[in-house]
Amino acid sequence: MENHQRLLEQLMTTHGGPGFEGAVRDVVVPQLHSYAHKVEVDVMGNVVACIEGRGEGRRPRVLLAAHMDEIALVVARIEEGGFLRVAQTGGFDPRTLVGQEVVVHTRSDDLLAVVGSKPPHLTAPEERGKAAPLSDLYLDLAMPESAVRERVRIGDRVTLSREVYLLRNRRLAGKSLDNRASLAILLETLHRLRQFVHQADVYAVATVQEEVGLRGAQTVGFAVQPDVAIAIDVTFGAFPGQAADESFALDAGPAISFGPNLHRKVFQRLVDVAERHRIPYQIELSQTPVGADANAFQVAGPGLAAALVGIPIRYMHTSVETGSYADIEQCARLLAHYIAELDMAQVEDLSCY
Amino acid sequence: MLLKTLSEAFGPTGFEDEVRNVIRGELEGRVDEMKTDVLGNLIAVKGAAKPGPKVMLDAHMDEVGLMVVQICDGGADAGLLKFRSLGGIDPRVLVSKPVFIGPDRIPGVIGAKPVHLQAPEERQKPIPMEKLYIDIGAKDAADAKSVVKPGDAAVFATRYAEFGERAAKGKSFDDRVGCALLVEAMRSEVPYPLYGAFTVQEEIGLRGARAAAYQIQPDIAIALEGTVCFDVVGAPSHGQSTVLGKGPALTVQDAQTIADRRFAEFMWETAKRHGIPVQWRRVKGGSNDFGAIHRVGKGVVGGSISVPVRYIHAPTQVVSLDDVENAQRLLQAVLKEIAEGSFTL
Repeated sequence: MENHQRLLEQLMTTHGGPGFEGAVRDVVVPQLHSYAHKVEVDVMGNVVACIEGRGEGRRPRVLLAAHMDEIALVVARIEEGGFLRVAQTGGFDPRTLVGQEVVVHTRSDDLLAVVGSKPPHLTAPEERGKAAPLSDLYLDLAMPESAVRERVRIGDRVTLSREVYLLRNRRLAGKSLDNRASLAILLETLHRLRQFVHQADVYAVATVQEEVGLRGAQTVGFAVQPDVAIAIDVTFGAFPGQAADESFALDAGPAISFGPNLHRKVFQRLVDVAERHRIPYQIELSQTPVGADANAFQVAGPGLAAALVGIPIRYMHTSVETGSYADIEQCARLLAHYIAELDMAQVEDLSCY
Repeated sequence: MLLKTLSEAFGPTGFEDEVRNVIRGELEGRVDEMKTDVLGNLIAVKGAAKPGPKVMLDAHMDEVGLMVVQICDGGADAGLLKFRSLGGIDPRVLVSKPVFIGPDRIPGVIGAKPVHLQAPEERQKPIPMEKLYIDIGAKDAADAKSVVKPGDAAVFATRYAEFGERAAKGKSFDDRVGCALLVEAMRSEVPYPLYGAFTVQEEIGLRGARAAAYQIQPDIAIALEGTVCFDVVGAPSHGQSTVLGKGPALTVQDAQTIADRRFAEFMWETAKRHGIPVQWRRVKGGSNDFGAIHRVGKGVVGGSISVPVRYIHAPTQVVSLDDVENAQRLLQAVLKEIAEGSFTL
């Protein structure tokens, strides 16, 4: 069995925030080419690969999407001494940035920088109880101001710098496991799908700008207008201090989402498939539209049957996001079996209430 | 490169073994004698029988780190590790950092509850160390216990790299930069007895240096340190301590030492005579091994030469390679001038 773990590690150390997913796309596109004849990039930067199903006449159309972008920062100001102030492009907890190494993507090259922190020797006791807001943080390029001004422009993007750490039990930690883990799921699914004869035309999609508001999903959902649109995205791994319904155990299989914004019949089918094939799974409940591409898919074009699956990761939106490759494989099994069983009868039933 | 090797070596306070072995390897055959004492200090000696003042150079091998104190086996925390700090670490720099546990370097990460699940008021406050865990990917306590036990020490998993302009980043420049300077200095030939003390446990109270100085009984001692540098945006000039790239820093007064003014000025004048940039360390807080050394026995004359380190005690520290080079030049010049009798006891 081919395993895309090395590729996932490569994807995690590749830099690509909302609106500048190019480097990630360059890794993903050749991978998709090994499964699909046609791979296209739309005006937003979404990648769409189509793998045709078998059979004459109208075939089910299923879209599988994982977003390529990671949360990022943008240079907002160059201060005296050459230190940089930054603004958000996606949701960081500024407390996780203190002492963090980052990469500033300038027009000519990538520069390493360190997010400054005050030494404990100089920190007054009353300061220790305060967490600095993002506006007070600064990036240190360790070069004179003049050199900084020559190389860095306002608007240059900044991403986390972090190598991948292989932990116990096939768990890995690093930046942007949200949502490169799901790109790995996408590819693992396509790989498994080769063993099946499937009727469905599969649109394997890597979307852009999810982290700033599901923007890529909106246009790609409209363009493809599939019968079923499944977003693959990470969810919250169990950790002390979190609510039970917002905590999913690692190594306990993918989470399948249920809620008003997700199609009940697709959800049920995914659960049935998991049960029949003895794939471990967990159920995630939502009460409002989900914070993932499935939200945009539901209301794309005439409205789509949307679903959301994904693996739990700990420490989401930090540089040490931690998930299990075993969960990635189980999620891919689930999706491959679901697609293999998808037929027109199911599709027609989606609008029957 | 020696600074890289030393910086990436595992050596939290009380667990300096790997650093000591690196240094021993470097000095093998280059000094007359090397010995370790009961605390774990490594003392290298050159020309013990020579006449003239007995000079002790000091650098501490230990770094701030963490100690695993508990392997959790409850519900959501099963297999996570509780820890406390070895030496002074601001818990605010720990969140979202990778660490290596033990000399076998078992990787782990210190994570936090995702921002999505934090209440707005929670985000205003730092996460205290009690709410942080090291995650090694263990499924449960038994799985964690198969590789980690309470008492195991951990260090930041930061790689050394050169970046910016003539700068380097890495962990533990405090005080591996001093260790690198001292290894290099022990290669010099001087007409007096030269002792290189690579000490333990500076970070929890200058403990190794005290015992080492007692054993050596030096006439002159110089501590080689990585010191506080906070010359960043928004920092008032009185709080900067030192400025990166402006040369090695000499101490006037810190938490443990009021400088021997005559020796401090001798070093300052030496720097000027040799055209080496030098600066005063301009805060009172913090200290180095000389704080312990100068009050050993009947008292010791000397001082310290410090390399400014930004983000000291944090996972990624920054030094200027020019400062490191100039600290080495200054040290060589001072050793030479002592040989020439420019400083009389």
